[in-house]
Amino acid sequence: MNLTLKIWRQKSNTDKGSLETYPISDVSEDMSFLEMLDVLNEELIEKEIEPVAFDHDCREGICGMCSLYINGEAHGPDRRVTTCQLHMRKFNDGDTIFIEPFRANSFPVVKDLVVDRSSFDRIQQAGGYVSVNTSGNTQDANSIPIPKDDADTAFDAATCIGCGACVASCKNSSAMLFVSAKVSQFSLLPQGQVEAKERVINMVNKMDEEGFGNCTNTGACEVECPKGISLDNISRMNREFITANVKK
Amino acid sequence: MATLNSGVPQGDLKDKWTQYKDSIDLVNPANKRNIDVIVVGTGLAGGSASATLAELGYNVKTFCYQDSPRRAHSIAAQGGINAAKNYQGDGDSTYRLFYDTIKGGDYRSREANVYRLAEVSTNIIDQCVAQGVPFARDYGGLLDNRSFGGVLVSRTFYAKGQTGQQLLLGAYSAMNRQIARGKIQMHNRHEMLDVVIVDGKARGIIARNLITGEIERHSAHAVVIASGGYGNVYFLSTNAMGSNATAAWKVHKKGAFFANPCYTQIHPTCIPRSGEYQSKLTLMSESLRNDGRIWVPKRMEDVEALREGTLKATEIAEENRDYYLERRYPAFGNLVPRDVASRAAKERCDAGYGVNKTGEAVYLDFSSAITRYGKEQVLLQGEDPNDHNLIKKMGQEVVKSKYGNLFQMYEKIVDENPYENPMMIYPAVHYTMGGIWVDYNLMTTVPGLYAIGEANFSDHGSNRLGASALMQGLADGYFVLPYTIGDYLSNDIRTGPISTDTPEFKESEEKVKDLLKKLVENKGKHSVDYYHKKLGNIMWDKCGMSRNETGLNEAISEIKELRADFWKNVMVPGGLNELNKELEKAGRVADFLELGELFAKDALTRNESCGGHFREEYATKEGEAKRDDKKFNFVSAWEYKGEPSEAKFHKEKLEFENIEVKVRSYK
Repeated sequence: MNLTLKIWRQKSNTDKGSLETYPISDVSEDMSFLEMLDVLNEELIEKEIEPVAFDHDCREGICGMCSLYINGEAHGPDRRVTTCQLHMRKFNDGDTIFIEPFRANSFPVVKDLVVDRSSFDRIQQAGGYVSVNTSGNTQDANSIPIPKDDADTAFDAATCIGCGACVASCKNSSAMLFVSAKVSQFSLLPQGQVEAKERVINMVNKMDEEGFGNCTNTGACEVECPKGISLDNISRMNREFITANVKK
Repeated sequence: MATLNSGVPQGDLKDKWTQYKDSIDLVNPANKRNIDVIVVGTGLAGGSASATLAELGYNVKTFCYQDSPRRAHSIAAQGGINAAKNYQGDGDSTYRLFYDTIKGGDYRSREANVYRLAEVSTNIIDQCVAQGVPFARDYGGLLDNRSFGGVLVSRTFYAKGQTGQQLLLGAYSAMNRQIARGKIQMHNRHEMLDVVIVDGKARGIIARNLITGEIERHSAHAVVIASGGYGNVYFLSTNAMGSNATAAWKVHKKGAFFANPCYTQIHPTCIPRSGEYQSKLTLMSESLRNDGRIWVPKRMEDVEALREGTLKATEIAEENRDYYLERRYPAFGNLVPRDVASRAAKERCDAGYGVNKTGEAVYLDFSSAITRYGKEQVLLQGEDPNDHNLIKKMGQEVVKSKYGNLFQMYEKIVDENPYENPMMIYPAVHYTMGGIWVDYNLMTTVPGLYAIGEANFSDHGSNRLGASALMQGLADGYFVLPYTIGDYLSNDIRTGPISTDTPEFKESEEKVKDLLKKLVENKGKHSVDYYHKKLGNIMWDKCGMSRNETGLNEAISEIKELRADFWKNVMVPGGLNELNKELEKAGRVADFLELGELFAKDALTRNESCGGHFREEYATKEGEAKRDDKKFNFVSAWEYKGEPSEAKFHKEKLEFENIEVKVRSYK
C-alpha cells in the first residue's frame, strides 16, 4: 500500500518543531509500524536527509521503550498493543498517518519522536519498592501463602511496562494509572504491606511534584493502555491514599 | 598457547563455595564508602549487582543505553526461572540441577561454577518473593512450577509469560531504593565505548551521553560488564534492537579474553520471518512445549496443499502427522533441549516438510492440551463430559490463563488465532553461551574487570537450558559477584579516589572521539543496516544451526571484505553532538564485524559438534552431535592481537570429577 506520513520533526528540546510530510510506497501489511519507519529512514538516509529519531528496543511489546502518538492515539489504532506490535494491516492504502511524540509537560521532547520519561523513574524511586536487602537471607519463599486471586491481581497490576501511554492519552496528563499499578501490586501482597502507607503517600506526592495532572475519571488511559491495566487500580490507590492519610 | 587458571577453590564440590566465602578478605563498611564500582548494563545481572553492591555500601555508578534501567532486554524473558526448591517433591535437588545443566551444556562448562549456580538458585526465589515479585501460585497460595526442556522435574518458577519482566522489575525496584539513597548514580542513555586500564587494572570507562553526544570519563576501583550477549551479530534475533556487543568487545580489545564465541543458542520456537523488511524475530516461550506438540505433515502432498492454501492444518488427520520430536526422542518428547529441537526442525524443513510458503516453519499444536485441560475442568465443575464444545471452550480458558500473553502476541504478529489453528514456528538466534572469559570469581583476564550474566561465558557450556539465563543473571548479581568483588577490593581500601585526569583516560577518550569522528565524516553510500543485514546473512548461512569447514572459511573471508567495505563506504548521517541513533548503530555494527570473524574462526577450530555448535563433519549416522572429548574438552579463550585472524588461542582444560562424561542422549 501507499501512504502519506505526517511526522513531527524537532531538532532538539529547544527547537520549535513542525510536522513534515513524507510519502512512502509499497508498504506490506505484514510489516510492523516500526518496520515501516525503518524503511522510511533507509530511504531518507539514501537521500541524505536525517532519519526520524524514535525510541524502541525490544520490539516485542514488553520493554516499554517505544511510544508514538499515531492518528491521535497512543500506540495507534489497535488495542492492547504497543507501537512495535502494531501492524500495517490496521491501515489502508492511501491513508494519511499523523505521527507525533507522546505529549505531556512531564515528558519533554528530546528529539523528533523521542521524549524524556525519567519522571516515571523518579516516581518509582520515591517508593516503588519493598525495603528488603538482597542478601538472600530472607525467609523461604513458601512461608507466607498468598491467595491465588491476590497474587494474580498483583501480577496484572505489575505487568505495566511504564511506556507512558496513559499520560499521553489523558487530557490532564495524569499518571494515576501508572502510579496506581505499582501501588496496587505491593498493597495486594503481604510483602508490600509493611510500608504501604509511606509508599502511597510518597509516590503520590512525587507524582504531583513532577507536574502530572489530576485524574478526572475519563478512563482514556485504560482504553489506550497496551497492557490493559485496569482503572480498578486507581480506585485502590485512592483508597490506600485516603486511609494512609487518615491513619497518619 | 597458554593454559588458563580458573581459580576454582580446592575441596569437595559441594563445599567449595561455602569454604570460599569463609576464607575471602572482606571490606569493612566504613571503607566500602570510599570505593567506587562501575556497572555497565541494567538487566538481571547488572541491575541485581548494582542494587546489592550499593546496599553493601559501595558507591555504584551504573550505565545503560536505554532511557530507563527497566528497559534492559532481560525484561523480554518469558517462560521462567529454575531453582532447585523441590517444592513439587519430584526428586529435584541441587545436584540434579547441577547435573542437568552440565549435561544440557553438553559437558562444556565448568563444574564448580555450575554447582555454585545450582546452590544459590533457591535463594533467588526467596529473594524475589520478598521483593514482591508476583510469581504464579496455586489455589493453596503456594508457588507453582512448570517444566522446561532437557529435565525430568518441574523446577521452573514463573509469572505467566512475563517472568523476565517481573524479575527485572524486582531488580529495578531494588535499584530504585538505592538510587533514592544516592548510593547508585544512574546514567541512563549512556553507552560505554571503552574501558580504561591504569597500571594493569580496570579503573574506569569512557561513555557517550547519547542525548548530547558528550564523551565522558568515569572512574572506579572496579568495572563490571553486564551488557548481555552478542546475538545481534546475526542481525535477526530475538534480542532487542539495541542489544550489542560493544562493551564486551571493547574490553576484549583491552585484554579480556573472549571465550567460545561460536557457542550460540538457536531457539526452536520463534515466529517465522515474513519478509525482507523484517527487523527482529519474536520468541514464543519454551514453556509452550509443556503443552504444545510439534509436528509437520507426513505426506508431501499435504505439505504442498498447505502451501497452496487448499488445506488447513486442522484438516490433516492424526495418522498423517509426524510428531517428529516424540518419534525421535521418546523419553523427553517435545521437551528436548533447545539445540536438539532446533536441529530437528531444520532437518524436517530441509527435507521439504516446512508448512508455510518459505518452507521454514513447523507446527506447534495445542489442540490435545486444550482437550486434556477441558475434560479436567468439565469434570471438576460437574458439566457434561461429552459436550465437546464446552470441553474446547474450557480447555481454551485454561491455556489462556497459562500462556495468554504469548497467544495474543502471536495473533497480533501473524494475524491468525492460535487457539483454533496450530502456531507456526521456526528456530531463531536467541542467546549466546560464549562471552568474556571469567574465572571462578567472575573476573576477566584484566584485574578489576568483571563480567556477569550473559556477557560472560561461564555456566551454560555449549547449550543453555531453558529458564537458566534468568537464574544465572540473578545469581551472579545478587549472590556471587558481591562476595568475589569484595575479595579484590579489599586491596583497594587505601587507594583513594581514582582520578580521571590521567594520560590513560585522555588516551582512551581521544581514541573514542577519533573513531566516532571517522564514522560521521565517512559520508559513504550505504547505511549501517545495509552492512548489518549482510553480516547477518553470512552468519546465519555459514555460522548458524549447522556449520562446515568450507562455509566457515568462506564466512571469514566474506566478513573481512565486508568490514573493509564498511569502513570505506558506510554512511552515517547527523552529527556527533546530538542524539544520533545511526551513529550508535554504526559503532555497534563495527564491533560485530570483528566479532563475527572471531566467531567463525572459533567454530572452525572446534572440530567436533557439541550443543549449539553443530559441525556437519562431526555427526552420528542419526544426525546427532558427535563430541570429541579427547581433543576438545576445553574452553577456547581468545586474546586480542589486532585483526581477529591474529587472535591468540588459550585453553582452559575442563575437569569433570563429579559427573560422568557420556554421550548426551534424550532418547
